[in-house]
This record gives sequence, structure tokens and C-alpha cells, in this order.
Amino acid sequence: MDFLNALVAFSNYVLIPAVAYGSQLALGALGVTLIYGILRFSNFAHGDTMAFGTMVTILFTWWFQSMGINLGPLPTALLALPFGILGTMILVLITDRMVYRFYRKQKAAPVIFVMVSLGVMFILNGLVRFIIGPGDRRFADGERFIMTAREFKHMTGLKEGLALKTTQGITVVTAVLVVIALFWFLNRTRTGKSMRAFSDNEDLALLSGINPERVVVYTWMIVAALITIAGVLYGLDKSFKPFTYFQLLLPIFASAIVGGLGNPIGAIAGGFVIAFSEMTITYAWKKVLVYLMPESLEPSGLVQLLSTDYKFAVSFVILIIVLLFRPTGLFKGKSV
Amino acid sequence: MKKLLMATAATALFAGVASAEEVKIGVILGFTGPIESLTPHMAAGAELAMKEVSDSGLLLGGDTVTSVRADSTCVDSAAATAAAERLVTSDGVKAIMGADCSGVTGAILANVAVPNGIVMISPSATSPALSTAEDNGLFFRTAPSDARQGVVMSDILIEQGIKSVALTYTNNDYGKGLADAFQSAYEAAGGTITISAAHEDGKADYSAEVGALAAAGGERLVVAGYIDQGGAGIVRAALDTGAFDTFHFPDGMIGSALTDNFGSDIDGSTGQHPGTDSPGAAKYEAMVNGAFEATSPFSPESYDAAALIMLAMQAAGSTNSEDFKGKVMDVANAPGEQIFPGELAKALKILADGGDIDYVGATAVELIGPGESAGNYREIVIKDGKIETVKYH
Repeated sequence: MDFLNALVAFSNYVLIPAVAYGSQLALGALGVTLIYGILRFSNFAHGDTMAFGTMVTILFTWWFQSMGINLGPLPTALLALPFGILGTMILVLITDRMVYRFYRKQKAAPVIFVMVSLGVMFILNGLVRFIIGPGDRRFADGERFIMTAREFKHMTGLKEGLALKTTQGITVVTAVLVVIALFWFLNRTRTGKSMRAFSDNEDLALLSGINPERVVVYTWMIVAALITIAGVLYGLDKSFKPFTYFQLLLPIFASAIVGGLGNPIGAIAGGFVIAFSEMTITYAWKKVLVYLMPESLEPSGLVQLLSTDYKFAVSFVILIIVLLFRPTGLFKGKSV
Repeated sequence: MKKLLMATAATALFAGVASAEEVKIGVILGFTGPIESLTPHMAAGAELAMKEVSDSGLLLGGDTVTSVRADSTCVDSAAATAAAERLVTSDGVKAIMGADCSGVTGAILANVAVPNGIVMISPSATSPALSTAEDNGLFFRTAPSDARQGVVMSDILIEQGIKSVALTYTNNDYGKGLADAFQSAYEAAGGTITISAAHEDGKADYSAEVGALAAAGGERLVVAGYIDQGGAGIVRAALDTGAFDTFHFPDGMIGSALTDNFGSDIDGSTGQHPGTDSPGAAKYEAMVNGAFEATSPFSPESYDAAALIMLAMQAAGSTNSEDFKGKVMDVANAPGEQIFPGELAKALKILADGGDIDYVGATAVELIGPGESAGNYREIVIKDGKIETVKYH
């Protein structure tokens, strides 16, 4: 019984939140990795593009809600999501036309691209705050829980509760579907193959008649879809605030680099590595250990390695360790 | 000749205006920021008192009082100082009703009020540290120090037989001051605090913080935070994970946003905020008559703060802060005729005739020590998703 209680407490506070958070990071990191692999630069505007996409989705969600359209137990935001993706696609294609294409023609060095994306980041930063404001927005509606902690306790008679939020369930299911679709696209379709070819060897790809501008447009569109989905899932699960999305840049980049930049499988693995490290290192293990250990060995302290304030430090440390000992990431990506 | 006539007429007109002066009082509150849902009702309370005095036409021979609002942001000391500086230097306010949160209040006091010699009465800054701040006799508050709230909070929990709680506080002057005051009172009364952890405002997700609080355990979770900020996030995460079912809320957490957000999910939770059962509170509510939320925290305190400023001016016969700062305690405390909300005209008349008043107001004002309220608290419980009064302390 004690073992079960420990397992439930662990799942409730670490396993389920980390899986949901990891899925959100993985989707974000896939976007970073695709841009790095195909367009060959680190896109610093990533977090704010994510905020933009989520904002468009929220605006559509409000509009649907005001018309009384909803999905019953599921959040209305899912219905608004395609429109959010469309809005983000238009935005990234416009920025590519107006900004990135110029530097691509110049064959600018990657570091210049990084600086350019930093500029785009500041513009988007302002744009999002200008339209929706800097405040906190919750836009989740419908059923909040698949299973509440109280129901679980009644059902099983255990002392610990296990809560499963609807948004956590949606996050995992959506992430799996999106990843399957993405890999199918990259490996089975003509456009996907041409993207991979372009990523592997640009000159060879050009020689074999692949239109580079087409590859660029497709890449941006896929990235727009990925990060809007990631942003909306994160916002549904937690809450939307432009500044938090900007801060997400760090764990997302950490995930992409840990997994190996340019490697999609690495991005997914990296997302979960970062999410689980953040959660397990800042979790106070006392509750779990009290169930597992004999009474004489029970810890009196909290058994928390780092205070929750240092959550971001965890991403940093992992990033540094990986860059020092395995610069290409866990799965072989490009070295930074 | 024509010009001369016009000039004389103009002078006469100016002279006429000068005899019935317009007195400006600054209302500096966090209209944006962590307590933005409370401040509209606070400002409305203060302005209600100003209107009452203006309408009476009795202040210093018919002066009218106007309010000049400014945003303290509640958290950004630099922005609050700049806003207060503007009130004093460019708007020329004679006194300040505010500020709201303890950190910005201390900053305005030290950087603007004291250097410019302006009287400042805060309706809601409760940090114990402000009791000993250097103020040249210019600073007062109609809210009690949290040293007192900590004791009341501890009494309420002990009375309910709750002997162990987890405590989390917002990481600023208010949260830390209250948490420390509560911890020392509660432990002295025999209670145990399993964990005392700070939380940062403005995060998207508080499940990690709640994980630590849940690991430490406790019969109830005390949330010394803000309802429009991290406090709400903590409660949400604690309910979601099933870590805690019942909470105890100090003043920063109590407001209509609390029951709007959580409804009956937090049934059985308790709390307290400054409040009184003196007839003044009911009179204030009747006077407001639904124009804004009269029972919203610190709204009556704001009415009282503004009223005290104007009554002190009348008692001193001057709108100069240096002249009337010494009169604030006199009009607030006995002896004299008791004054309730809606009776400001009567009070102005007594003072003009050289009499003495004891301002009771909406919150049974009694200023003690360095010019702060002695402290009356309303104990509340959440029942069926509504805030209900248990009793008064």
C-alpha cells in the first residue's frame, strides 16, 4: 500500500506534469531544430512567435465563445487553433519576405541571422503586448479534469490523490499526433524529402533541381504550425502571458541543443530530458520517501535538491554540461 | 480706460476664486498591478469623502476638494516615486491618500513625502517595518500593522484547533512581513509551521511550488499573497493536484475575485481582513448604496484616510502639511464628538467652532503609536462559494 501511495504521489507531482511539460517543450524544440537544420540559424524570435500564435488563437477563442460555439467538454481553443496556425503562418512568411530573404540573398553568416532574429523578437514582443496586453490570460474552458484527486481517492481508497487535467491529456495526445504527422511528412512525401536533402547538403540539393525558396516557405509553415500548437497547449495547461513565453526560449533551446540541433528525434528526447530534470531536481521528495522508507529512516527535511526558484538554472546547467562533453547533443546533431 | 477696467474686473474675479480655493489631494494607488481589482473601490471611497466635504462648503470657508489619481503599480518603487513626484511638483497636491502596497508606500514616503513635507495617509500599507520608518510625523495609516494581523490570524487558526499549517508568501515587503509576524505568533501559541516558502508573482505555473508545500504537509495552507497574482496561481495548483482542500487567507487574498475564481472549491477555507462591526461600516455601506463595492477590502479605510486629511486641515485652519500634520491624531482619537461616515459636514462645523471631534468613521479608527490603526479584523469563512462573516476581532 505504501509503495502504491508513493507511486501515486510521484505520478501526481512529477510524472504527469513532466510528461505534459516535456511534450510542450518537444514541440517547441522541433521548430527550433527545423529552422536550424534547414535555414541554418538559431531563431531567437521563437518564443515570441509562439506568443503571437497563441494570441491569435485566444482572440478566435473569444470570438467563438461570444457566438456561443464550443466543443462541449473540450476547450474551445482547439477549434480556434487552425485559425491561429494560419495567422502565424502569414506572420512568419511576411517576416521571411521582409527580413530574412534579404540576408539569405546576401549569403549572410549565421551569426548575422541570429542578430536579425533578435530584432524580429523585439518587434514581435511589442506587437503581442500592443494587441493583447502584458497581463495573464486564461482561455481554457470545458471540463477541467479527466479525473480529480478527490475522485481518485474515493475510487482506490489510497491516501494520495492523482489528478489528471483535461489539458494534460490533450497535450500528450496532440503531441503524439503532431509528431507522427511530422515524421510521416519528412520521410514519405516529396516535399519532406526535398527538405531533408536541403538540410543534409545544400549544394547537392540545388544541383538536383530542388527549389530553395519553396523549401524555405514549407519550413516556415511547418514551424508556424508546430509552435502555435506548442504555445496553445502550454497556455491551456498553464496560462498565457507574453513574458512567460519569452522566457520559454531557454528551456526550448536547451531541449533542442541537448537532443542535438537539427535532429528531430533529438528535439523530442531533449524536451523530455529537460522537463524531467527540472521537475525532479526541484521536487521535494519527502512525501514519496516517507512512504518508501522504514520509519527509522524517514527524512525530516524536505529532500529538495534546489528551490523551485532555480528552475531555469537547471536548463542552464544541463546545457553547459552537454556543450562541454558532447557538443553534438545526445543524438547526433550539428555541433553549435 | 477700457483696459484698466478689464484688468480690475479680472483681478476681482481672481480674488473671488482665491478665497474659495481648490484643494487637491493625491490618490495614489495601484490601478495596474497585483491588486488592481481592489483599487477602484478604494479610490471611489476616498473620492466619496472628498465629494461630501466639497458639497458641504464648510472646509476652510468654502474650499472645494478634488482628487488627482496616480498609479503606484503596487510593485514598482521607481514608477510609484515618479508618479508621486508628479503629484506634488506639477499637480501641487496638498496631501496624499495612499499608497497601497507596503514597498511602494515606503519608497514614496522616503523619496517624496518627507523631502517635500507632504502628509501621507495610507489605507492599506500593512508592513510592520513602516511603524519605525523615518517620517517626520508626516505618515499615518488607517490600516493596522501586520504585526497585529499575524496575531489575529494565529488566534483564529488555534481557535479552530488547527495545529500545523504550511505557509507560502509573496516575495516582497508585505508577504515577508506578514509571514514573519504570523510565524512568531503561531509558534508561540503552540502551532507548527511545516514549511515557510516564498513564491514569485507572475509565473504561469505554480505546481512545483505546490509540490514542495504538499511534501511538507499541514492541515491547511496559509497563502499570504495577492489574489490577482501568484496567490491565485498557488491556490489553483493546490486544488488541481489535490494537495490542499482548505486554505487560510489574509487580507491580500480576500476579494470578489477569490470567490469568482474558485467558488465552492474552497469551501471551509477561512481568512481575515481589516474590518469592523462598528455602526460606521453599515453607515458607509448605506451611503455608497451600490455605487461601488463598499465591503471590498480597504475601501472603507480609504474613505477614512481621505476624511482624516480634510478634518485635520480644518482643525489646523490650513492646507499646509506642516501645519496640519500634528492635528491628524487629534481628530482621529477621543475626546470629542464621535463622527461616523456621512457626518463630515457636522465634523467640519464643530471644528470650525473650535470644538473637538473623535473620528470613528467606517472602520472605527483609533490611531496608536506612530500613527497607525489599532486594528479591527473581520474573520470570514467560505461557505457555498460565498464569503461569510464569522465574527470580528
